[in-house]
Amino acid sequence: MKESKKVVTTEGTTQFSAELIAKMEEAKNCFPEGKEKSAILKILHLAQAEFGWLSVHSMDQIAEILRVEPIEVYEVATFYTMFHLEPVGKYVFEVCRTGPCMLVGSDQLIEYIGHKLNIGIGETTKDGLFTLKTAECLGGCGYGPLLQCRHRFHEHLTPEKIDSLIEQYQRGEIKPGAL
Amino acid sequence: MTNRKLLLEHLDVPGIQGIDAYVKHGGYASLKKALQKMSPDEVVEEVKKSGLRGRGGAGFPTGLKWSFLAKPEGIPRYLVCNADESEPGTFKDRYLMEKIPHLLVEGMILSSYALGAKTSYIYIRGEFMYVLEILQNAINEAYAKGYLGKNIFGSGFDHDLVITPGGGAYICGEETALLESLEGKRGNPRIKPPFPAVKGLWASPTVVNNVESIAAVVPIVRDGGDAYASIGIGKSTGTKLVSACGNLERPGVYEIELGLSVEEFIYGDNYCRGIAKGKKLKACVPGGSSVPILPHHLVTKTAAGEQRLMTYESLADGGFQSGSMLGSGGFIVFDEDQCIVRNTWNFTRFYAHESCGQCSPCREGTGWMEKVLHRLETGKGHLRDIDLLADINKKIEGNTICPLGDAAAWPVAAAIRHFRDEFEWHVTHPEEAQIRNYGLIQQPLVA
Repeated sequence: MKESKKVVTTEGTTQFSAELIAKMEEAKNCFPEGKEKSAILKILHLAQAEFGWLSVHSMDQIAEILRVEPIEVYEVATFYTMFHLEPVGKYVFEVCRTGPCMLVGSDQLIEYIGHKLNIGIGETTKDGLFTLKTAECLGGCGYGPLLQCRHRFHEHLTPEKIDSLIEQYQRGEIKPGAL
Repeated sequence: MTNRKLLLEHLDVPGIQGIDAYVKHGGYASLKKALQKMSPDEVVEEVKKSGLRGRGGAGFPTGLKWSFLAKPEGIPRYLVCNADESEPGTFKDRYLMEKIPHLLVEGMILSSYALGAKTSYIYIRGEFMYVLEILQNAINEAYAKGYLGKNIFGSGFDHDLVITPGGGAYICGEETALLESLEGKRGNPRIKPPFPAVKGLWASPTVVNNVESIAAVVPIVRDGGDAYASIGIGKSTGTKLVSACGNLERPGVYEIELGLSVEEFIYGDNYCRGIAKGKKLKACVPGGSSVPILPHHLVTKTAAGEQRLMTYESLADGGFQSGSMLGSGGFIVFDEDQCIVRNTWNFTRFYAHESCGQCSPCREGTGWMEKVLHRLETGKGHLRDIDLLADINKKIEGNTICPLGDAAAWPVAAAIRHFRDEFEWHVTHPEEAQIRNYGLIQQPLVA
């Protein structure tokens, strides 16, 4: 399987710790023997929570943990939109842009955040702190406009709330949500 | 009309998220009753009698679905809960799971007993990680009390319940895509048959049910199927969670008795309290983004002038010509300032983004429609584009493995059917359309 590690980004930076591997093994145990691949999404989430994104190196390690071919991990990771396949900022703002949120001003909110952080959609601030992304329906339609960041929802957003949210993240006051 | 609550009855009880408060208010009594006094088939019978219909959107009778489950000897059977709530406009399951998690846990054990499943899975969308944590705590509490695990209530019934996250893919709300995803693969829907009831999770017989459907089994077993069926009208029995959003004075999740009038739901003090900021109603998508949009004159009344009710039948009255669907209960309301072309483009962009790419009509068609609609919305369209959209539509509908293709086609067809003049105005007044919205339609387009 080692041949597949064509793109190892910054050697060592996405090396799994023993602790992380233990969490992944635990996730595997939720499923019957021989069906451990079912834990792949949980494991991908765990890796992403650790490093912020999924490198090929991360996915290759997951393939070894699940005892599957690397392609089986790549094909899954590329299918699901929650996974970042390239480095992102420390805090990724994923703002819902679908119908119900649009009705209550998500377009204007996305524009405001981009203006405030001086970045476009998909871009990261120079200090590496924030990435702005749009997301399709996040399932909070009655509480929009809203965004998710590190498994937390921030709802009923206004420009004022965005200002204070950005400051709180800058000061490191908002911990990541549960995983 | 009365306003009985079967699911959210104890919503305001402090600590109802925890097992002690839940048990104190009658929680796990249905499970105990079923395990000690009823056979699995008797539970299925009560669910059939209740008339409960799948609350995920399709409205298929739950008891009937259960009765299709194959029961070959020596092969495990599974119950899978579809908690991948991602139909735009729908946020009721999230609410239920977050507020009263044990209702789903109890429903899962109870339904698994009825189906003979020793293990069940809750597949929850990855974005709801905080809800997953709440449910995991509830599951842990249930294990600690002996409601999960071995020999529950001394009945000899063993059960394990596992919860696992998705990764952000609307398509995984389709039951066979969900099963693929649960097996650790891309969420590509399977060709049916075989149906999951015969070959589902890991090729074993499987029932996939929506969160709300499973939760509803708890009051059905408690009160009996007949009592449940006595609520509602005709084949729309029981209560339904409706998530209301868009330009409403009081958006949110409401448990309604099926049969409530749409007018009461939108304008009533106990419900949404009218359109936000005193504006006028322009349109409504009553059952999640996939169902046809209704123009204002067909929202509270049918084309025949009868009062429109919150039932599967009444919302569908008039077919796709002048009706819509109850769907998932994702009730989206548009005020007079909203642009139908922009909204249709937005929804189509959603489907283009979420198409799994397996079937060409959906993969290509949703992308084409998105481009054409974007062209119209930005004032660069032609009148022939409107017919082109209708044409693409017909070529997607019915030509795909799963219903995502239909779900993408219907909203576009309905928007053109009811708001054609607004689409045309975007072509004939391209500059004006960039500055102001079309406003309300003046003349009913459907007789």
